[in-house]
Amino acid sequence: MLQVRIHGRGGQGVVSGAEMLSVAAFLEGRHAQAFPSFGSERMGAPVMAFCRIGDEPIRSREPVMEPDALIIQDATLLHQVDLFNGLRAGGTVLINATRSQDELGLDELVASNRYKLFTLPATEIALKHVGRAVPNVPLLAAFAALTGIVKLESVIAAIRDKFAGKVGEGNVAAATDAFERVRKEQEGQHA
Amino acid sequence: MLRQIEGSRAVAEAIALARPQVICAYPITPQTHIVEGLGEMVKSGELTGCEYINVESEFAALSVAIGSAAAGARTYTATSSQGLLFMAEAVYNAAGLGLPIVMTIGNRAIGAPINIWNDHSDSMSMRDAGWIQLFAETNQEALDLHIQAFKLAEALSCPVMVCMDGFILTHAYERVDMPTQAQVDAFLPPFEPRQVLDPAEPVSIGAMVGPEAFTEVRYLAHHNQLRALELIPRLAVEFKNEFGRESGGLLRTYRTDDAETIVVALGSVNGTVQEAVDTMREQGVKVGSLSLCSFRPFPLAAVRSALQHAKRVVVLEKCFAVGLGGIVSDGVRKALSGIVLKGYTVVAGLGGRAITRASLIKLLESAGRDELEAVTFLDLNREIVAHELQRERKARRTGPTAEAILKSLGTVASSVG
Repeated sequence: MLQVRIHGRGGQGVVSGAEMLSVAAFLEGRHAQAFPSFGSERMGAPVMAFCRIGDEPIRSREPVMEPDALIIQDATLLHQVDLFNGLRAGGTVLINATRSQDELGLDELVASNRYKLFTLPATEIALKHVGRAVPNVPLLAAFAALTGIVKLESVIAAIRDKFAGKVGEGNVAAATDAFERVRKEQEGQHA
Repeated sequence: MLRQIEGSRAVAEAIALARPQVICAYPITPQTHIVEGLGEMVKSGELTGCEYINVESEFAALSVAIGSAAAGARTYTATSSQGLLFMAEAVYNAAGLGLPIVMTIGNRAIGAPINIWNDHSDSMSMRDAGWIQLFAETNQEALDLHIQAFKLAEALSCPVMVCMDGFILTHAYERVDMPTQAQVDAFLPPFEPRQVLDPAEPVSIGAMVGPEAFTEVRYLAHHNQLRALELIPRLAVEFKNEFGRESGGLLRTYRTDDAETIVVALGSVNGTVQEAVDTMREQGVKVGSLSLCSFRPFPLAAVRSALQHAKRVVVLEKCFAVGLGGIVSDGVRKALSGIVLKGYTVVAGLGGRAITRASLIKLLESAGRDELEAVTFLDLNREIVAHELQRERKARRTGPTAEAILKSLGTVASSVG
């Protein structure tokens, strides 16, 4: 079972990000569970959502305490919330940031825990394609590219399930853009 | 058809499949998405033959429901927490009048202190109002129980609350198998009311009853709930025959056959409990669990039969009677009358505090050594409690307790668990 925790701020689509990830996994025949943290959700406040993906029905209802992966939708939370709490050694971390791991001051933390950390300018991608600062969809697509947990087609289908019309298509474009960026970066590394 | 949807959406669609004729509700977190979903379905024409009535309060919501059920309409409403308290008088009336309303409770704590998160205090506050109370373990079961609830309510002329954990289920996306209209129609016949307010055949409903007959009317309400003890398992079998899956029934056991310790719980926490049971079984510890679906009527005989061979019973409750202890525990003790075993009450998950597998395992290990107190509060922060008590000893005007505790905790931004 893969356990993902998404951190962000109210209004950034943290909860719908987890929901879409679960839908994408469901579309690939997996069992998936997504739910919000039980905190006060209001614009700008730190919020969390969780997603579990597995091959068996998921019974546990506890929050994701020991995630395999983190998606951080707002890098300013790095100084406010204990984001890495419980993240297993070697876990994946995807941060919405224009800055690098080094510039974020995370080199030591990443090295000592063997985290696989990636940054993506997700807000910029969202602004370009959706016209709003909603980084959840580009992050989701990038997460799919990084981990292979779900295919881009499934992410796109989950987006269309959630958002109709222009907003949906803008998000599809944002997802495709983010997915391809990560793929290109990975190819660059392997070349 | 398999779908990956929010629990509230699943319930809304199940309600629509049950062909309700009147829905009236007042929004309150965390049940709001259910009635919003139904409102949209009525407005879009997806749900026909149904009047959706906006009301000004929960008291009005259930009062309208009473009126429409008395007029012979299949009637649905939903609420949570303070909303249920606000409709309390009507809750008793709906049951006392024998009106088969189905109401979802998106389980949430009761204030003060105000808290929007999950526990079972709301449903429990109305446990003796005469409604049948069924608790769902998963979103699939929540969906299924609503379909069963209309059949149960209408067969007995008794209102039914379907209780589902707020946020944990109402806001969770998970896989559900949504039945077809034909399946639901085959299972659930049209509503044939036992009593109808009809201008063509005038009757009055709601007579004043004095000492000459009050006991008999109340006794019949009790008798009716005892009939539900037989009907609930029968409906679960019928449901399985029609839909091909197990949902509902009085209770379900998990690995209890040779269990020395059995955990009793209601609702969604049973999933996490089962995870803890499996982990401990791998270590050779003989534990099992019992998920109580029907809390009212309380299945004394079935509980007794499931627990009687255990050495100890741990009742895990998301609520408690202040000044006494467990509420579910009372029923369990009554069920075990004359049987000698250790019984523990564990109050957990109040106001949305996460109940984790790690905490459950620690708790069950302690229970196994019989080191638990009769009433335990899971993951109680004793330091905070001690600090507050000490403050109260030092000064008279210590101010409001909740505010003082929050202050000493510092700003709670976003902690996991």
